[in-house]
Amino acid sequence: MIAFLLAQTIAISGGTVYPVSGPKIANATVLIRDGKIVAVGTGVAVPSDATRIDATGKWVTPGLIDGAGQMGLVEIGAVAGTREALLKGDTIAASFNVAEGINPASVVISVTRIEGVTTVLAVPAGNLVSGQAVLIDLAGNTIEEMLIKSPVGIVLNDSETGKDFAGGSRAALVERVRRVFRDALEYERRRADFGRAQLRPLSASAADLEALLPVLHGQEPLIAYANRRSDIESALRLAREFKLKLVLAGAQEGWQIAGEIAQAAAPVLVEPLDNIPSYDALGIRYENAGLLAKAGVKVALMETDTHNSRNLRQQAGNAVAYGMTWEQALRAVTLSPAEIFGVADRYGSLESGKVANVVVWSGDPFEFTTGVEHVLIRGKEIPLKSRQTELLERYRKLPPTY
Amino acid sequence: MRPWLLLLFTLTGGCATGAARPAGKASPAPAQAPAPAKPATGDSTSVDRPQYPSTYRRHPNPPVLIRNATIMTATGQEIPNGSIFLKDGRIVAVGAKVDAPADAVVVDGTGKYVTPGLVDEHSHLGVYAAPGTDAESDGNEATNPVTAEVWAEHSFWPQDPQIALAIAGGITTIQALPGSANLIGGRSAVLKLIPARTVQEMKFPGAHYGLKMACGENPKRVYGQKGGPSTRMGSMAGYRGVFIQAEGYRRKWDKWNNDHQGDLPDRNLRLESLAEVLRGDMYVQNHCYRADEMANMLDLGREFGFRIRSFHHAVEAYKIRDLLAAAGTGAAVWADWWGFKEEAMDGIKENAALLQQAGVRVNIHSDDPSGIQRLNQEAAKAMYAGVRAGIPVTRDQAIRWVTANPAWALGLDSLIGTLEPGKIADVVVWSGDPFSVYSRAIQVYNDGWLVYDRNDPAHQPRTDFQLGQTPAAGGRNDR
Repeated sequence: MIAFLLAQTIAISGGTVYPVSGPKIANATVLIRDGKIVAVGTGVAVPSDATRIDATGKWVTPGLIDGAGQMGLVEIGAVAGTREALLKGDTIAASFNVAEGINPASVVISVTRIEGVTTVLAVPAGNLVSGQAVLIDLAGNTIEEMLIKSPVGIVLNDSETGKDFAGGSRAALVERVRRVFRDALEYERRRADFGRAQLRPLSASAADLEALLPVLHGQEPLIAYANRRSDIESALRLAREFKLKLVLAGAQEGWQIAGEIAQAAAPVLVEPLDNIPSYDALGIRYENAGLLAKAGVKVALMETDTHNSRNLRQQAGNAVAYGMTWEQALRAVTLSPAEIFGVADRYGSLESGKVANVVVWSGDPFEFTTGVEHVLIRGKEIPLKSRQTELLERYRKLPPTY
Repeated sequence: MRPWLLLLFTLTGGCATGAARPAGKASPAPAQAPAPAKPATGDSTSVDRPQYPSTYRRHPNPPVLIRNATIMTATGQEIPNGSIFLKDGRIVAVGAKVDAPADAVVVDGTGKYVTPGLVDEHSHLGVYAAPGTDAESDGNEATNPVTAEVWAEHSFWPQDPQIALAIAGGITTIQALPGSANLIGGRSAVLKLIPARTVQEMKFPGAHYGLKMACGENPKRVYGQKGGPSTRMGSMAGYRGVFIQAEGYRRKWDKWNNDHQGDLPDRNLRLESLAEVLRGDMYVQNHCYRADEMANMLDLGREFGFRIRSFHHAVEAYKIRDLLAAAGTGAAVWADWWGFKEEAMDGIKENAALLQQAGVRVNIHSDDPSGIQRLNQEAAKAMYAGVRAGIPVTRDQAIRWVTANPAWALGLDSLIGTLEPGKIADVVVWSGDPFSVYSRAIQVYNDGWLVYDRNDPAHQPRTDFQLGQTPAAGGRNDR
């Protein structure tokens, strides 16, 4: 889109800036040029041609990053024709990258971004190995424009539902994964033999084994959804055995072994408002995010309901109510997910050189009283409009005007 | 008028809110509330026999004075530095200055907020209990599109661990409903949310039963390949067909009850529930998303002479808020759920605010074991969404969305839902403004009983299921 290419300078001035990478700065300016942040602080010289956004009395933060969901991969939950996140027929779907399933025209995108979430992880679902998750900005007319990083990592379903794809036992699940990992390494060593059909049958397709190699070489994380303590420990064990870069997701009983997780340096994606017990996590509780953070685990937050990814800030506020510090919670929806997803050089904080995903809030972003005043994605101001605001305007007065 | 209805009216305090009333001489709290004049509630007028009566008994609690708190009465007042005095299960006095006897337990409310106990008009606690296995899936009798004969209370499991979680969220009363697979899913259970061994011990004395009805996608989806209905018009024909039968049934029984002539009519459990709707004794609680379908259902009510008490979910209610206001039908909505199916695509966050503005009795419901733990937060979201869009909503109106209005929808607004002298002492003390994301319920009184205290492990009830299996809500078991 041409607008993306036009040189544009924007100065957001007068607000309290929360760079996340450092302490808050009162009455500061965030200067943006050509989609990037070029200066943050007090006493920033604003060029005369800059578009000015007055943020006096407002709070300025990086755009929020949701570490979960199927944004762009589902339009209407109950309509199969609009769902793209689940690959059927391949339980080890390591080569299934969801990027090309994303619909940049999804109405969920505008509903989400006008409430301050600018970046999300789009995550494949189901199976034993679900596929490859990708990170997208919530702006752009094409998939290419939206993509930040693809893949971010490969998703393992190390849970009660995952074992259904491994014969119905958690023991078999772990062993199945181990066999697949070993076969991937074997495949890599003997590609030529595989080509000549001189290799024993492997436990997954060549494409899936090939896709696992960056994970097995520690270049990409394995994102393991695991909730029961024993499942989390299985994921940690696999990571040790294969020297993986591990990201835990869900980790509902993670608080019980927070020290162990911290020691393994495994970051965790947590949904703070999860507390309904199931046999997959009887120990689930609101304090999970706070207790993990307290133990020194790097925590990023998730809102797994794609249509209400905008409630990520409510998740963060509740994480504070149940034990995180406010600063930890803000980091857990900005810089920490950027670090976990390997894009902290470009995202997650308000610093010179970073991509200008910036939100101006009327107050504390986690409070219900607070509204979004301005959203910038890649330095471009996003109109605060969605299909929902159109419905509101149509029905503000009855009868509606069609 | 039946005796228990009389009882309801006489218990209602008529005092203006905020007016301090002398607490009177202290006396030990009696262990039990006076027994209702007629023990069974919701009895069918078709037959004269007790039907699964409530065995609820008030739990003893010393008198309690909460003082120096911000009191949100849900009657139009927010009293700063106010006090409230609870005794023998009743609110005795509310105001800027309240006298209390020396033996009252004094709770320092400095910096804290007090609201009525929260009421969730739409819950599946107990009928879709955690841990969520097939064994606990008891909410949809999906064997026939019309199952008016089933009663949610006969599925309800009092040991559902979600009950303890909801109590910790400030909920004191729920309507537990059958699911929405069927056109008519069965009777609801209106329950006091307290630890109990049996559902009878939780049944709210004097509450009207609700009849769960469902429009739209769900019955079509469930029965489309199982004999129908497979269309929305088929669903309408389905409701009309059974209500026509119910009219005949009611006529026969009303005549017999009047003259006792001839043989006793045959008893039919399904039609008995529907006849109660026709008599106005049972409230229709109608799962319905789309505006056009709600309009059809209002017409159904007109055809058979009943008023739909409230539409549940009602994501498009804002489109027909004038019709709802004119019909006197309420709406139970979410703050922001949308998009999970086609009939939920037009949900907007200003729904509740627009309904309020049009004079519809709107409440925020959960339909969800997670959401029920933070109805205050959901009300806050819906309030501020309205305010930001220029639709005026007061804090009092928003607190009524989760207290007085759902109480009205259950026919209990003369007993619960506001902080007024004479009302049942269902009271929540919050750590701060209940509309802040950082606030939590710290004390919950149900009928004057301190059922939950965040700072006291002795008042953090756990269901049998939780023992030895799940951590306590208040933060014990930090290993």
